Amino acid sequence: MTVDQKDRPGETSVSGRLTHLQRLEAESIHIIREVVAEVRKPVMLYSIGKDSSVMLHLARKAFAPGPLPFPLMHIDTTWKFREMITFRDATARELGLDLIVHINEDGVREGVGPISHGSGVHTDVMKTQALKQALTRHGFDAAFGGARRDEEASRAKERVFSFRTGTHKWDPRNQRPELWSLYNGRIKTGESIRAFPLSNWTELDVWQYILQENIPVVPLYFAKPRPVIQYNGMWIMVDDDRLPIPDGAAPAMKSVRFRTLGCYPLTGAVESKASTVAEVVAEMLNSRTSERAGRAIDHDQAGSMELKKRDGYF
Amino acid sequence: MADDGRTFDAAATEAVLSGKAAQRDLLRFLTCGSVDDGKSTLIGRILYDSKLIFEDQLKSLERDSKARGRAGGALDLSLLVDGLQAEREQGITIDVAWRYFTTDRRKFIVADTPGHEQYTRNMATGASNAELAVLLVDARKGVLVQTRRHATIARLMGLRHVVLAVNKMDLVGYDQATFEAIRADFVDFARRIDLPEPVCIPVSALMGDNVVNRGDGMPWYDGPTLLPYLEEVDVVQDSVSAPFRFPVQWVNRPNLDFRGYCGTVASGVVRPGDRIVVNPSGRPTTVARVVDFSGDREQAAAGESVTLTLADEVDVARGDVISPADARPQVADQVAAHIVWMSEEPLYPERGYLLKIGHATVPAQVTEIKHRLDVNTQAKLAAKRLDLNEVAYCNLSLGRPVPFDPYEDNRTTGGFILIDRATNHTVGCGMIAFGLRRAANIHWQALEVDKAARAHQKHQRPCVLWFTGLSGAGKSTVANLVEKRLLAMGHHSYILDGDNVRHGLNRDLGFTPEDRVENIRRVAEVARLFVDAGLIVLVSFISPYRAERQLAREKVADGEFLEVFVDAPLAVCEQRDPKGLYRKARAGQIKNFTGIDSDYEPPEAPELHLRTDQASPDELADEIVQALRARGMLK
Repeated sequence: MTVDQKDRPGETSVSGRLTHLQRLEAESIHIIREVVAEVRKPVMLYSIGKDSSVMLHLARKAFAPGPLPFPLMHIDTTWKFREMITFRDATARELGLDLIVHINEDGVREGVGPISHGSGVHTDVMKTQALKQALTRHGFDAAFGGARRDEEASRAKERVFSFRTGTHKWDPRNQRPELWSLYNGRIKTGESIRAFPLSNWTELDVWQYILQENIPVVPLYFAKPRPVIQYNGMWIMVDDDRLPIPDGAAPAMKSVRFRTLGCYPLTGAVESKASTVAEVVAEMLNSRTSERAGRAIDHDQAGSMELKKRDGYF
Repeated sequence: MADDGRTFDAAATEAVLSGKAAQRDLLRFLTCGSVDDGKSTLIGRILYDSKLIFEDQLKSLERDSKARGRAGGALDLSLLVDGLQAEREQGITIDVAWRYFTTDRRKFIVADTPGHEQYTRNMATGASNAELAVLLVDARKGVLVQTRRHATIARLMGLRHVVLAVNKMDLVGYDQATFEAIRADFVDFARRIDLPEPVCIPVSALMGDNVVNRGDGMPWYDGPTLLPYLEEVDVVQDSVSAPFRFPVQWVNRPNLDFRGYCGTVASGVVRPGDRIVVNPSGRPTTVARVVDFSGDREQAAAGESVTLTLADEVDVARGDVISPADARPQVADQVAAHIVWMSEEPLYPERGYLLKIGHATVPAQVTEIKHRLDVNTQAKLAAKRLDLNEVAYCNLSLGRPVPFDPYEDNRTTGGFILIDRATNHTVGCGMIAFGLRRAANIHWQALEVDKAARAHQKHQRPCVLWFTGLSGAGKSTVANLVEKRLLAMGHHSYILDGDNVRHGLNRDLGFTPEDRVENIRRVAEVARLFVDAGLIVLVSFISPYRAERQLAREKVADGEFLEVFVDAPLAVCEQRDPKGLYRKARAGQIKNFTGIDSDYEPPEAPELHLRTDQASPDELADEIVQALRARGMLK
């Protein structure tokens, strides 16, 4: 049996051999559907970044022509880039998404922020604790996350279905083997699953897919002149007046873009001229640094991500 | 970070813009070897020599090599692929680690599996998703017991491509005769266990010979070097030319006009107009449309996740397998299979597990361990139980017939996992050899009159409305109102009421825990028969325990069981006390009364939650009818 000549992009070619992006896409859709079929109340964590954009696109593909059978949830630390929030709200409106925005009000009351409290406390209170609060409050038993195994060493062994105890703890020694594409989504009351449909994607795959599928992403990923100042060896964008400017320093306008997006005082910009998706992919192909180099939060110590994960960080 | 004003590599940019960079294919392979065979160093070498290490990773590698490297301060490439803190400290890898790299030709996904005693489990896991295995041996030691074990597991897991990397050639002076002896030894063994002809490559991961670059050490070797071989080997099994298999993953019913079956094509090709059958029911129909996000497609092939719609309204549920009418899978409730046991808790015959194959999960037990396979010696041994990492050939009995193919023919429809019912952990995996009954190839002849036909006649989809809640919460009141509405609308229903059933069918039962379980079991069975008859069944039972309600839920198909939590505070129920039972219970005249001296476990995620203290019975009955309509039960 031979397969017909392909007649439009994205369809099977003559040999039946799929491109790596087609195989990754099919696998992710399979995972997303499997979670929905096996649990009672799933939610998709939406961080507004490129990985979330791809995950959302895959979820829409998985359930077309129907709507998404679950809400999206954004954990808002109140320190995200303003353009991210604009993009989030526009996306939810245009796609008619059920979007939950959760802010840790306790943290807000105590004035927790990355500048006053440091990245460790800020991330713990406004992100990790906030996430646990929200999952518990809504009773979600599964949460999709956009994490990829290639991001960081401790993620290399993360399962696609990652099991958390009733207190959202992750025990690296107590995870289930995953064979073939058979995922075991059975959990007890109170336990929950974090599911990672993009486990096998790399940063390059994500960008190539954004290019191929024409997926909208936050404009911060593309280079343009932005006001930045040097902090701890990173270019930090002056996104609002909460960022203290050291005496004598003045923001410089530089052509920069971001490889990852988070809280703006913790996210380093890279100097770049790549202003389109194609140019970003070309820059990736030539890149000599890994993407988390631009994140303050992983730098504390080797294996620091693992410590955060055990405590419930994504 | 990119220098200011950096220009892009012209060729790379061109590749991106022309779309060529996205046209790579994908190879998944696994590496296996014992501790100190140099697996991690080999992968590190591939990454390093292919210039796939980022600058910041290189810096931390340099720092880590000095601090705890095993290369005397020189770059220890194995550190590139180490993972969790605990195992870094112990100097061993404890699980499967996944690695990703991309060359100009291919994207690679590498399952790196460790070599200590939990090896069989980890290697089976890594191999299940791999298309090729790279087996490492130490040139100084040659083919050892563990090499034979790796090859045996690779064979068991159905890998058709095996590379033997004879590592540490630098430590045997790059001697050709040493390599040739190891090769002859391994090729002979591979033949004995029916493993496809292996490709043998002499390498030095430490020095870099024959990994990415050829190096100077072995001018006598003219075969392929490792990475170029991995870039070129053709591993696309003819899964596209195999018979069409479509395990149904999810029924997509966003509105009354669309009913689609989502899944990933396990093998073959499907096009609109294809004559197919739904397994295990055997019901024939035709593919109407092949749909994805962008609309209708002309076909879908193995590996693609799509949605099918069918020409006729036949019953299709998650777990069914759609196949061509003239090339069906086997259907059986007894199978013979190889099992790899993955739990510290041993497997015992006759103990109950859950078996997940495709998207079907069924109760299962091993009825007989035919023999245990010693993966080191290939000896077949008698066994009464299976311990962690043991492999055995077994007979299994399943709770109901499932569609499957022999694993040799189809890894997707022939592989299964076993799940512990108490802990929910995945405790084993299996590869089906064949169905055990002669009837395996005689397919269920679809009955002319079946559930769908009966329901169709009644213009409804059958289901169970399971009303649970405290005595006096209002279950019977609401159920009666719902049934009146259904009757008025011309629908066919029946109420099973706790008290009434106890006067007849269950009058031999008392109120001990055992009798309560049996009471619910019988009612659930009756409800199932009524659903098969096409009726909307209203069950009004206190049914205080989650486990029993779950049992009732499992009797019918997905989507046919609607748990209705009739909820009112105990004080309200006690005040209503329509039958005077609370008064008697408080007076000690009734023992084990739910809510007083016996627990009620409220539903965690009922399909419907009614608060009878906050809305009138009529409003609640309307809400239920509305819910039935929204779910497409009423037509």
